Amino acid sequence: MFFQQFINGLTVGSVYALIALGYTMVYGILELINFAHGEIYMLGAYLGIIFFGFFTLTGLTSYSLSLSLALTIILSTAFCSAYGMTVERIAYRPLRNAPRLSPLISAIGMSIFLQNYVMLTQGATDKVFPHIFSTGGFTLFGATATHLQTVIILFSLVLMVSLHLFIRRTRMGKAMRATAQDRIMASLVGINVDTVIIVTFVIGSGLAAVAGIMVAMYYGLVNYSIGYMAGIKAFTAAVLGGIGSIPGAMFGGILLGLVESLGAGYISTEYKDAYAFMVLIVILLIRPSGIFKKSAEEKV
Amino acid sequence: MMTGTGEYPAKRKKLEVLNRAWFILAALWFSLLLLPFKGLKPALILFFVLSAVILFMQYIAGFVRVLTARLHALTGRFKAVSLSHTTSLTVRASFLAVLMVLPFLAQDYFLDVVVLTGIYIILALGLNVIVGFTGLLHLGFAASYAIGAYTYALLNTKAGLGFWYSLPVCAGLAALSGAVIALPALRLKGDYLAIVTLGFGEIVRLILNNWDTFTGGPNGISGIAVPYFFGITIGRLGLHYYITLMAVVLTYVVVKRVRRSKTGRAWIAIREDEVCAATMGVNTMRYKLYAFAFGSFWAGLAGALFAVKMQFVSPESFTFIESVLILCMVILGGLGSIPGVIVGAIILVMLPEVLREVQTYRMLALGAGLIIMMIFRPQGLLGGWGDERRETKDE
Repeated sequence: MFFQQFINGLTVGSVYALIALGYTMVYGILELINFAHGEIYMLGAYLGIIFFGFFTLTGLTSYSLSLSLALTIILSTAFCSAYGMTVERIAYRPLRNAPRLSPLISAIGMSIFLQNYVMLTQGATDKVFPHIFSTGGFTLFGATATHLQTVIILFSLVLMVSLHLFIRRTRMGKAMRATAQDRIMASLVGINVDTVIIVTFVIGSGLAAVAGIMVAMYYGLVNYSIGYMAGIKAFTAAVLGGIGSIPGAMFGGILLGLVESLGAGYISTEYKDAYAFMVLIVILLIRPSGIFKKSAEEKV
Repeated sequence: MMTGTGEYPAKRKKLEVLNRAWFILAALWFSLLLLPFKGLKPALILFFVLSAVILFMQYIAGFVRVLTARLHALTGRFKAVSLSHTTSLTVRASFLAVLMVLPFLAQDYFLDVVVLTGIYIILALGLNVIVGFTGLLHLGFAASYAIGAYTYALLNTKAGLGFWYSLPVCAGLAALSGAVIALPALRLKGDYLAIVTLGFGEIVRLILNNWDTFTGGPNGISGIAVPYFFGITIGRLGLHYYITLMAVVLTYVVVKRVRRSKTGRAWIAIREDEVCAATMGVNTMRYKLYAFAFGSFWAGLAGALFAVKMQFVSPESFTFIESVLILCMVILGGLGSIPGVIVGAIILVMLPEVLREVQTYRMLALGAGLIIMMIFRPQGLLGGWGDERRETKDE
């Protein structure tokens, strides 16, 4: 049972990690908890179902499954990035120099808006993602990892590594790191901070979209309210690894997934959602800077 | 104002056209975003409606600018000519008199809505102490509200205790819960505090939802008794009305008094500048704790009233959205302004009742309203402190 729960936890954890990256990147640059990020993930799941359904309807799926799946992921990611950009433009940019509470409240407003927007346009009932992966899988230490689980874990890993390379190796990544260190100083040395922030939102939303599609495939069901809980959990993951730190978010997400799935397996499934909150509160009380950050300098 | 308009007509014209093109592009962008969710036809409709609205807005922009300037002047004057003490007393007395006889005049439905409004006024006044006075964002206020409601429900159904005996317990336990949430507040700041309060609220709701043997789980607790009121029998609704009215008046008076006391001034000082307040000798930790306990006390009171009104409690009434709704009331009226949050509560409870047909769009409008409020009028309708702080950015 341990290995089975471990694999389940790893799957869910890599999804949390993908969402957590969006939180941590935005927090690193804007020092803002992007409350609407969970809804972007939910939008991604819906868009995945919508586009895949569209391709099934037009016959592309029966012609080539992998092509339609790839197109679904690309289109959903593009749309989610567009949504992320729009959210930034409308709800955050006008409030960039406002007191800290204002953007947080506007983010909550955006989250409520997006949730109800999807509920009104798509209905309040659950949406179904068709089963496309076979149920078989690898057996390891008496536990089974389905093909879908393997795909989720590997694909997340690839995305995380490429994000890491992007941040470390490219010019834009360098600009992002500079902006995260000091926004004003970065603008003084000629970095277009607005562009950096837009790119941050585009990448974060894109990753959330991929996470959304993978969850839609994994659970098969999607509801307009999934974003809230996933958002909180991903945020917990980001805090767990030290918010603002990208490897921290990856590690935090996987750790949280494991805690949750082992907790559900060994203690109680009913309180599955409460584990994340407890981890969050304990971490914030004991080590608010997260596991990885060495020390949190308190700004006065 | 006149200079500049005639100077570079050609350039101005060009700019205007460019502007218009941008707006049309924006309309196109939004309809594109809608496209996968609603299909081609609604997206096209949205495009044309948005373009028309944007062009129209541009057309009347000058007019609107004049109007808002007038409005600002008007609200400013409204504040300046505050009523003299005796007149304000008469106004208040007559207002209270109208409220006293309301059950004999109004329909049951209206009275029901008024009772609900009263409960939310108490909640908003309580949250205002924490968010408005002390400047600590509390996203789990519904937890204290739930604790008040469940305490009365359990004491009444399991121990058979009456309303008036349970009331202090409800409020006291809620205050205690507030203090428990505040313990992290002693260590955390800003966003982190908000998240911890949110987590606390969710944990309370999850416990209520899952502890089946004690709280009844998702089914909640029903069959809560109606209180006695000095042996007077005036119908269930009238009774609720008077009890709620009393509680609202009590909350209003006490909160107002405490706001003016040493404690209240300490809260404001913490909100304005925590470091400075600490330097001036305010024990910031202790006063933050007081704010949480004091604010949550009223949530407990409101919770007991809610349990009495509904005669039924379930975890569904105390979700995160409930916390946000109360927060919206405080923000809408004006953070820190006591009449403001009362107006905010009245608007947010009454408006959806009036606009029955658009009920489904209520939460959508609430979300959009929060964003618009933060951008255009962070100080709320009646002017809290939102705008004063714009100039002194913290950090």
